[in-house]
Amino acid sequence: MSTHEPRKVRIATTSLAGCFGCHMSILDIDERLFALLEHVEFDRTPLTDIKHCGPCDIGLVEGGICNAENVHVLREFRRNCKILVAVGACAVTGGLPAQRNHLDLADCLQEVYVTEISLASGMIPNDPELPLPLDKVHPLHEVVKVDYFLPGCPPSADTIWKFLTDLLAGRTPHLGAELIRYD
Amino acid sequence: MTSLETAPHPEKLRRVAIDPLSRVEGHGKVTLLLDENDHVQQVRLHIVEFRGFEKFIQGRPYWEVPVMVQRLCGICPVSHHLAASKALDQIVGAFRLTPTADKLRRLMHYGQILQSHALHFFHLSSPDLLFGFDSDVARRNIVGVAAAYPEVARQGVLLRKYGQEVIRHTAGKRIHGTGSVPGGVNKNLTLAERDELLKDIYPIIGWCRDAVHLARRLFEQNLEEYNAFGRFRAHTLSLIRADGAMDLYHGGLRARDMDGGTIFDHVDYNHYWEQISEEVKPWSYMKFPFLRALGPQHGWYRVGPLARVTHCDFIPTPLADRERMEFLAYDGGSVAGATLGYHWARMIEMLHAAEAIKELLHDADLQGTDLVVSGERQERGIGMIEAPRGTLIHHYRVDEHDQVIRANLIVSTTHNNQAMNEAVRQVARQYLDGRKLTEGLLNHIEVAVRAFDPCLSCATHALGRMPLRVELIDAGGDTIEVMMRGGAGEGVAPH
Ligand code: SF4
Repeated sequence: MSTHEPRKVRIATTSLAGCFGCHMSILDIDERLFALLEHVEFDRTPLTDIKHCGPCDIGLVEGGICNAENVHVLREFRRNCKILVAVGACAVTGGLPAQRNHLDLADCLQEVYVTEISLASGMIPNDPELPLPLDKVHPLHEVVKVDYFLPGCPPSADTIWKFLTDLLAGRTPHLGAELIRYD
Repeated sequence: MTSLETAPHPEKLRRVAIDPLSRVEGHGKVTLLLDENDHVQQVRLHIVEFRGFEKFIQGRPYWEVPVMVQRLCGICPVSHHLAASKALDQIVGAFRLTPTADKLRRLMHYGQILQSHALHFFHLSSPDLLFGFDSDVARRNIVGVAAAYPEVARQGVLLRKYGQEVIRHTAGKRIHGTGSVPGGVNKNLTLAERDELLKDIYPIIGWCRDAVHLARRLFEQNLEEYNAFGRFRAHTLSLIRADGAMDLYHGGLRARDMDGGTIFDHVDYNHYWEQISEEVKPWSYMKFPFLRALGPQHGWYRVGPLARVTHCDFIPTPLADRERMEFLAYDGGSVAGATLGYHWARMIEMLHAAEAIKELLHDADLQGTDLVVSGERQERGIGMIEAPRGTLIHHYRVDEHDQVIRANLIVSTTHNNQAMNEAVRQVARQYLDGRKLTEGLLNHIEVAVRAFDPCLSCATHALGRMPLRVELIDAGGDTIEVMMRGGAGEGVAPH
């Protein structure tokens, strides 16, 4: 009977200021996904229609923080996930989007929404539905406590697989030199 | 009924948000405003994030661009990698690539089409189509599909894997590779790599055909509903080969009106701005492109699989072309104008991609060693490609110090901005108006958005202004940033 089956490990994932490449790398475990599904179930992820993160064992977060909405979602993940993992360069350092940190927002806005040559008429979007962009892009650990950092842009599927299977087996994840990559 | 874009008195209305949109790529939401009788008064699809790529690549050396800009999007990085490379080919004066470079890039691109279309259909959209739009939210996902239809899920995963492997062998890595460079490519395809890909191509083509038939069957079972769902009339745009064939890597621009009449054809994309312009609306970071000749009111259009499959005179591979003809003839041509027709058209393109990969793998040019060319240096470069989701435009200027000084990107999903808004408004009229909203009803809105396979990730490249105040407090309780209303954009002296 299923009453003796061990409880599945519950995982949530989200993308903040990321490109979804880290999520694609999770899917790059290919058919190992089906083996994983024997041991885990998904809470909020871009693959399910759960819109808010509930209590979870593991939270995987891709992307840095670029607006108020990201801060909100990240805190929700931290509150609900026993283990919070910064997945990929953007989550670990801010990544490529942090290249804008030395620029002036007003300048950028003007160029993209007002003076760009292909525009018929310019204006700067200002509706309250649009979350407040932050002046700088921040890595996750500047805002919440992060338990593990997986470098790489993105971390490879093998890296993610080794990390998750170690955690699921109750081991401290150990990535050899060949699985820690920064490209 | 009104256009539903802007309600006259929004302050009196009740707001319902679908936030975040799920089973789509990237960050977006839909807001609905309803009156006291649950009548829908306003519906908007908002793109809520910004990243600023166009701005921060300025000042970088041009050869970094194809590697940087693909970080706009991890789902179709190859599209950005190649559109940027095509623009930079012009910068380095490489107006004709070597056959090896041209074909290797094509192989990479068709690998991308295959993996992206498989991901979209199987992992993201199939739960709606297989279980129903208002089915149980707990199983309406790929895990539910794997439990109920294990073979469908397995083929989806393996089709995506194959596309990713084609990319790995041509770009060096599955996500954010480096294979394409200004003027050509940095590797060819070795015989060992070719043989590894060849050994699985025949089952892959077979599964792609099965996928077309699955998409078709789903239509047959629900013909009336699928045909009417979120239906609207629109112009269409895509690249097209000189002989009228579908070509997802290169071509001239073709635009057709709602009745299939030609607006323009075989236009050199180096003059795209003479045909296409953009508008900004205050409630989305995504711009609204339109055909100049028709103006912003009437000139919007759709792009992507549905536009391409109906646009082309033929598909240059036999199995996909046969499926195209059946698609166009089906039910007197009704499906070719249906929002959900995107899925069927997408699977036809996936089959074409698999067939194109097979043909390329048999071409000995891929083992050539002449990889890069260059000519007279130019200061402006424009690259266009048909990405999985539609026409993608990259446009750069580079100064005499090899630095990028200007960049404009119009991504596929942006072209579909107005079309997606039309689709969700139509669905709101058909299903939501005057009813008590349930999760299942709201999912109908997302089903319409998903038909387009929007990549909201790509569409978030621009920067926005700050309408509020927030404080960003670190893990230890210290304030690290405070942002104020009007801190940028409004009331700020121009620089
Ligand atoms: S780390 Fe790289 S792959 Fe991951 S979200 Fe950032 S840019 Fe994309």
